[in-house]
Amino acid sequence: MNRYPLWKNLLILGVILVGLLLAWPNLYSQDPSIEITAARGHEIGAASSGEIKAALENAKVPLKGIESLEGGKLLARFDTPGEQLRGQEAIERTLSERYRTALTQSADLPGWMRWLGLNQMSLGLDLRGGIHVVIDVDMEAAIEQAVERYSGDLRTLLREDKIRYLTLTRDGTNILIRFEDAASREAGEKKLKREFRELDFQPSEESGAFVLRAGLPETEQQKIKDFALQQNITTLRNRVNALGVAEPSIARQGDRRIVVELPGAQDPGRLKDILGATATLEYRLVDTEGSVADAVAGRPPVGSKLYYERNGTPILLKRRVIVTGDQITDASAGFDSQSGSPAVFVNLDGQGARRMRDVTTENVGKPMAVVFIENRTTTQMVDGEPVKTTRKVEEVISVATIREPFGRRFQTTGLDSSNEAHDTALLLRSGALAAPIEIVEERTIGPSLGQDNIDQGLESVMLGLGLVLLFMAVYYRVFGLVANLALVVNLVLTIAVLSMLQATLTLPGIAGIVLTIGMAVDANVLIYERIREEIRNGNSPQASIHAGYDKAFSTIVDANVTTLIAAVVLFSFGTGPVKGFAVTLFIGIVTSMFTAILGSRALINLIYGGRRLNKLAI
Amino acid sequence: MTQKRTINELNIDFMRQRKAAAWLSGAVLIVCLLSIVFRGFDFGLDFTGGTVIELGYAQPTELSDVRTALETEGLGSATIQYFGSRTDILIRLAPQDGEEEASAQLSDRVFAALSRAAEGQVELRRVEFVGPQVGEELREQGGLAVLFSLIGILIYVALRFEWRFAVGAVVALIHDVLFTVGVFSLLQIPFDLTVLAAVLAVIGYSLNDTIVIFDRVRENFRRMRKGTVIGIINNSINETLSRTIVTSGTTLLVLVALYFLGGETINGFALALIIGILVGTYSTIYVATAIVVWLGLSRDDLLPVKKEGAELDPLP
Repeated sequence: MNRYPLWKNLLILGVILVGLLLAWPNLYSQDPSIEITAARGHEIGAASSGEIKAALENAKVPLKGIESLEGGKLLARFDTPGEQLRGQEAIERTLSERYRTALTQSADLPGWMRWLGLNQMSLGLDLRGGIHVVIDVDMEAAIEQAVERYSGDLRTLLREDKIRYLTLTRDGTNILIRFEDAASREAGEKKLKREFRELDFQPSEESGAFVLRAGLPETEQQKIKDFALQQNITTLRNRVNALGVAEPSIARQGDRRIVVELPGAQDPGRLKDILGATATLEYRLVDTEGSVADAVAGRPPVGSKLYYERNGTPILLKRRVIVTGDQITDASAGFDSQSGSPAVFVNLDGQGARRMRDVTTENVGKPMAVVFIENRTTTQMVDGEPVKTTRKVEEVISVATIREPFGRRFQTTGLDSSNEAHDTALLLRSGALAAPIEIVEERTIGPSLGQDNIDQGLESVMLGLGLVLLFMAVYYRVFGLVANLALVVNLVLTIAVLSMLQATLTLPGIAGIVLTIGMAVDANVLIYERIREEIRNGNSPQASIHAGYDKAFSTIVDANVTTLIAAVVLFSFGTGPVKGFAVTLFIGIVTSMFTAILGSRALINLIYGGRRLNKLAI
Repeated sequence: MTQKRTINELNIDFMRQRKAAAWLSGAVLIVCLLSIVFRGFDFGLDFTGGTVIELGYAQPTELSDVRTALETEGLGSATIQYFGSRTDILIRLAPQDGEEEASAQLSDRVFAALSRAAEGQVELRRVEFVGPQVGEELREQGGLAVLFSLIGILIYVALRFEWRFAVGAVVALIHDVLFTVGVFSLLQIPFDLTVLAAVLAVIGYSLNDTIVIFDRVRENFRRMRKGTVIGIINNSINETLSRTIVTSGTTLLVLVALYFLGGETINGFALALIIGILVGTYSTIYVATAIVVWLGLSRDDLLPVKKEGAELDPLP
């Protein structure tokens, strides 16, 4: 009577042990650390950590350890925040050309834990401080721009093919082209259909004129929106990476929003400057006649301007721009079909394509340069104080020889590697924002507030837990102690699941945990009250235990499923804080069902199972 | 077992008081509704949009000094209040019309002005800016979330029990939600996103209570071949009363801990749940069951046609 088979006990024990192991990392403290990434055009190599060690040694900053992270990053750990700041200074002073640094915190876990892939719960911004920004992408403008672009492209194509038309007007997401007669309309339709397969063409007669209506289908509009959002995310990600913040997160929210989260950052004004900045690209011809040396000396030839390549080589470019970045509609990396060397494929809109064709036809065999222009913020050390300045950076990212006239789509070769092709395509794509953005929400949490939130959250969890444990022990005696053990295990399991899922713990999340502590005892209370009832009805203790667990089971399931429904709805609707609450509530309920039904039963069986009992301490 | 009188032997005739309870609930709900319609809510930043700036001063500071400093910046319209202590100040600004004077510049200006006034003895603890359209969406989504929870629950209870129970449970939930938000409206306690989360949690909790009693009612109907509907429901409530009180008690214990220690941010959340649990416990006993009786529940409605609970394996 009331014995669990061995496998069941082992299973429960196994779950608890795994839970303890997963929750364990959260006991370790965090080291002040510096995350080191390679500056553009450099990379983290085998010698990097040696260089950084040497730089720190020269500056007499004690280093706790240095290790590689995923994604070609290094992490240097320090004992105190003071040493961390001095370390950053030392690296910035001697190696700022090659590496970028960002202050961060990382858990001081022993090697075997990291080898097992165990990790701490990640803390939300309200607990660690930082900036949270929600950006709204202007989709209407994105569609409008697309229609505008198509109008230009259609016009260009008709003109090129000498197809006469009367007017070409925009009407919402449609473009109306009016022709003189049916023949020219047919010719126009045939031509345009071949070139623009994605548009819907519908001929009609309106008030005596022959009209061709080019519509942007719903699917195409969705594509444009997705593209705009995706491209803006890429753009923002690149910009945020240049900010030097560790672990930035840039994520899509719904179908038109982007959420940027920067843990530890404290300067929203600067963040906005960066996010709102308009980086752009230009294609220019290289001035091969002028003297670079003269230009460096401050006497550039008329009609040309001195630029520098990324590696610092000076180069003379013509002042007249061929194509600017906002005329690039898409870019992707690939390989040149003839030579097999890495290439970047670029798409231009109609106007850009025409201009590109004209210029390249006249300049076959000559070099052309791609200039990347961005407002970039740099940190310089002035009298031992970091001073941030924003300046316009113009650098030549590639120079390639024009082999043949370019059209709407062309490729740029002459890149070092497929990696560089990838980066260049990314830059081309992320050069400018695809659609205007607006910041619709912004939260900056100071680090001290974060610490206060953690302290208050922990305090209330501890107090609430203490009160509940005391009450249960007094009210249910031995059974109460069993319920208490189940409750503590439940808390451990909740933390274990949160750590395993790498879910983010927020202040409302802590509130959710506190609430589940209160509710987790409910399952046990239901069972114990049942057992008391059975005893009152004159059943033997063993039978009472059995019946109590049995009868309470369906009640517990029903009651918890309904709460789970509420948690799921909360999660699906939720933004930040509500989501955090829903996650912990959900996990807490699931783990509490496990501990209350199986865990506490196993314990009760071990204590009372298979013995002759006269009374129960309940 | 000691034979002391336990809660379970009180045998209170709950159902006899159901008319009185109905009048009480009705009256309170009308007051709540009137307040919601005419007074509305003191919606927090999440719902209205605008800017909130929290500052931590080194010394206790006077609100009037802060106001003076703000007026020099032309921000006289700001709401200024203490936030938990006399060193912690909360400044609320309504949404600005000029969208580009967005929060970063605005908060920088505010902070600079106050920093000058306090000679640097002040720390910027947090800045939150929410655009007006975000607030509007949130109000809409919040209402929808409550609605969807109720619909989901209605369906589940109807499937597991019977439609009268589902109606009773949902009416009790609406009662709890109205009462909780009504108190927030009456006392003009700031209603923010965490309060909304708490209201949804109240739905989950109160329902939990209700289901436990319903479960018992169903069981008793099948077990007792004698007895009136009212008698059986009374019995069921009395049998589960000790559990109802213990669970509400432990949950209230932790919520009180949260209310006093969780800090200012969590206050509204804890308060909403405390109100919700008190009301939820009451409505479980008086509202949900009374509705079931009123809808004319009879024994035949609950006799197992199909095997209830067969899909749940009994515990080994």
